Parts: sequence; C-alpha cells; structure tokens
Amino acid sequence: MPEAGLMPALAFTRVSKRFGDGTVALASVDLTVAPGEFVSVVGPSGCGKSTLLRIASGLETATAGEVQVAADKLGYVFQDPTLLPWRTVQANVELLAELDGLPKQERRRRADEAIRLVGLGEFTAHRPRALSGGMRMRVSLARSLTLQPQLFLFDEPFGALDEITRERLNDELLQLFLTQRFTAVFVTHSVTEAVFMSTRVVVMSGRPGRVVGDFSVPFDYPRAPRLRFEEEFAHLAGEVSACLRGERQRPSKPPPQPQPVERIVRR
Amino acid sequence: MSMDMGTPMPGDAAMAGPAQAAARPRPSRRERWLSVWGPPFLVFLAMLGLWYFVSYVLLDVDRRFLLPPPHDVVKISFLDRYNLAELLDGLWLSTRVAFLGFAIAIVLGVALAIAMSQARWIERSLYPYAVLTQTIPILAMVPLFGLWIGYSFNSRTLVVVLFCIFPVVANTLFGLQSVQREHHDLFTLHGASRLTRLWKLQFPAALPAVFTGLRIAAGLAVIGAIVGDTFFKQGAPGIGILIDRYQSRLQSEQMVAAIILSSLLGIVVFWFFGFLTQRVVGSWHESAGDRGP
Repeated sequence: MPEAGLMPALAFTRVSKRFGDGTVALASVDLTVAPGEFVSVVGPSGCGKSTLLRIASGLETATAGEVQVAADKLGYVFQDPTLLPWRTVQANVELLAELDGLPKQERRRRADEAIRLVGLGEFTAHRPRALSGGMRMRVSLARSLTLQPQLFLFDEPFGALDEITRERLNDELLQLFLTQRFTAVFVTHSVTEAVFMSTRVVVMSGRPGRVVGDFSVPFDYPRAPRLRFEEEFAHLAGEVSACLRGERQRPSKPPPQPQPVERIVRR
Repeated sequence: MSMDMGTPMPGDAAMAGPAQAAARPRPSRRERWLSVWGPPFLVFLAMLGLWYFVSYVLLDVDRRFLLPPPHDVVKISFLDRYNLAELLDGLWLSTRVAFLGFAIAIVLGVALAIAMSQARWIERSLYPYAVLTQTIPILAMVPLFGLWIGYSFNSRTLVVVLFCIFPVVANTLFGLQSVQREHHDLFTLHGASRLTRLWKLQFPAALPAVFTGLRIAAGLAVIGAIVGDTFFKQGAPGIGILIDRYQSRLQSEQMVAAIILSSLLGIVVFWFFGFLTQRVVGSWHESAGDRGP
C-alpha cells in the first residue's frame, strides 16, 4: 500500500513519446507509483507499455512531460532473460555487480545470496543453455537482486513461459517482493497475473498509449495461489478486462495506417 | 574391394540387432568410433580402388604416367629419401607462408572488424575494400607483387593475407553486430563503456562466428599459399612450385604425392580449427558441432 507523505518512487507527468518515424507511443501519460507499491500495467500489445519502462529506466527519453525516478538503483527485468550464454549461472548473476565496479568478494557474496533467494544453489556452475526457461528467468531475477534495487521494472518477464511455470514464478516474485521490500512496476498482458501480483493495476489504451483505468487491488499479502479462483478476484479481473475491452471496441480516432513495428528483436 | 567393404557388415548387424530390440543401449565407445570413422574409411578404400582401376584398367602402360598407381607414388615419393626431403622442404615452406599469412589476416581482420563495429562510417568506408579482396583476381596480381617486393617469402605471405582476410572480417563483424538489443540495453542501463561492452559482451558473443570465419580462412590460407606459390615460379620452392616443376618434368608420382601432402595440410588445419572451436565455445554454443570426422 502507498505510504503517505513519501516522495513517489516513480512519477510520470503528462509524458509523451514520439519516435523518429512519427509513431506516437505514449500520449500524455500520468502515473505515480508510491514506494512499496506493486503496480501492474496492462494494455493491448503495442500500446507503449514497454516504452513506459524504457523511459523510466533512461533507455529512452520522453518527448514531452516530466519523469521523476526516486531510486538510485534500478532493477530491469526483460522478457528475455538476457543471460550471457558463455557465462555460468554464478558469473551471470555477478555481471551487474561487475559492471557497477563492486569488488570481487562483495560481488561473490551478493551473487551467492541472490542465487540462494531464487533457489538455484545447485546450478551455479551450469551454463544457461542447460537450464529451463523458468530457471533462466530466476537467474535473471537473481542478477537484478544483486544490486539491491529500490525500484524494479518488469517488462513482461514471464510472458514466454508456460502457465504452470509462470504461476510458480508469480508466487516466488511476490515472496521476494515481501522480503526484499522493493517497489515494482510490472508490465504484462495477462489480466490474471496483473491482479494476482499487484497492489494496483493500471490499464492502458491502444496506441497511442494513455492511462484509461486504475484499479486498487484489495487482497492482503501473502496471496495464496487459490486466490485466482475466488469470486472477488474474478470480479476484479472482470472489471479490468472490461476496461481493456472497452478501449478496444471504441473506434480509433486517427485513420488506420500501417504502423511500424515498435521493437525489433535482433538475433 | 567388395569383400573388404562387405565383411564387417553382417557381424555388426548381428550384434546390433538383438541389442536394439531390447532397450537401445548407449552405443559403446568402439561402436561410436566405428560409426564416425567407418564410413569415410570405406569411401577412402573405394577411392583407392577406383585409383587402381584407372591406373591399371583404363590406362595402358605407356599412358600410365597420367595417374601412376598408389604404391608407385608411395615408393618413389615417400620411400626415396632425396625425393621425400624435397617434398617436405617445399611443404614446410608453404606451411610457414600459410601460417604467417593466416596469422596476419586474423590480427588485421579482427582489428578491422572491431573498428567497423564501433562506427557506421568506418564500416561504410572500409567494408567495400574488404569485399574487393574477394573480387580482384589476386593471382593475376602475383607478377606485380613480384616486381614490387620480390618473389620471396614476404610477397607469398601477402598473397595469403589477401586470400583469406575477407572471411575473418565478414564473420567477425557479423558476430560483433549479432548481439541482441536487450543485451545492449542491459549494458547501457549499467553504464558500460565501449570497451567493457566490446570485451564482455560483443566479443564473446562473436566468438562462434569468428571461429566459423577462421575455419574458412584457414582453408583459404593453405590454398593461397600453394596456388600463390605455383604462380610465383621463382625463389625457394614451396609445394606449389614443386607441383609445377614435377608436372613439366612428367614426374607424376611426385606430383601426385605433392598434391596429397597439400590436401593433408588443408585437412589438418581444418580439423585443428574444428577442435579449437569446440574447446573455446563448445560449452555454450552449438555451432562447434560441424567439424566433420
């Protein structure tokens, strides 16, 4: 729950983003995330959810508006685990601490702890290709944890995983959220995941992305997996879903034109 | 011939048959060794057979010099001390030319590719010239090199460099540029310098492609050294000059032997790089598999 009187961890004020090719990804987005919140952002694909995170992290700059980030350590978890295939699990987890110039012993200590937190203690010497998708994502999480970030940005981290793995990782991430006490902005296209994880769910419209809904999630932590099947949960998820759909049914104002693909993943 | 090829088969089948029916156990070391080396060995025997067939059946005695039988090649070229020394000296010279030229091509090629990966304008300025090394008839320029820097070791090495630098440049550059955008983002987020990014991300990511380039270039270096040698015609004889000389003197046993030795050199170099690739990137990349038996 937001703690009153504190500076927001993240504040977007009328933030817009127009790319060089003329695509408008975000149109005047207002979003404030208080310290300790777990805010999920849902929206149709291509609505600028990822752009939101990229701006928050400084990977992109906003074309207009104001962005405030009150965290000197940011965790950024991509949909792809982005592990370096030539490094072992241990060396992968140490990477960010290495880039930040931490001394070797400290790197090692933090990596050991982070690996323990995600339960991969037996796999430190493995290379990523020997791990399952879920385990790779855990390594990616551990890697971010080594920097002890106050603010975590998640860009559809579990989008590529099967449902069982995804739900297990939802639980594990919530566990980390409760013990490590970070603020989280979690982009996803799954309404169930958004409602299950968050203190708040923000709904964005299709491109250009705007905030069209903001739902408070009343359930207490820790949340049991069966919460997903309770009536109250279904009701809230239904409302979020309706908000998403409502936007989709509204006729789009600008005439439809071929939109360039926003992100090109190079391999 | 057909007997040789036929005999191992029934035995194998008899042994493999019931075992497979049971639970398909892991093939033993010997079986795996056989399955890797057996087929190429059989082809080798078949080629040897074909060779004898051509020498003794297709060619009559006075035309047999066109393809002397294998045992004559061995007797005259390898068992005669003088002839063998001549061949090995030539081979050694060409090997040194190939290796030095290849080493220069690696250093120069990787350096060029790194420079090109750092800025678009460098890539745009230099890449066409890298392509040029592929399109100009290098061998046609041999007389020119001879005039400029002589017919010695150096100009032969230069030919090798020009021959094999392109695959090094092209593959290294491709590898350096093949890093995923998310990986770059990760390094950007954590304020990595160009050097850190190059050393910890791009270069390791490029290694499989670099080694692919090296395998191709290694083969070209051997060809460049031998063929270039043939074209120089002057100076200390490498294996190429020897081939040329044997041909003009109709010493076909030695000519065939020289060709066999140069092929062996190419194969050894290719294997070595397959082995090296396996050692360096085999633990994390699949490409290391394609190195042949």
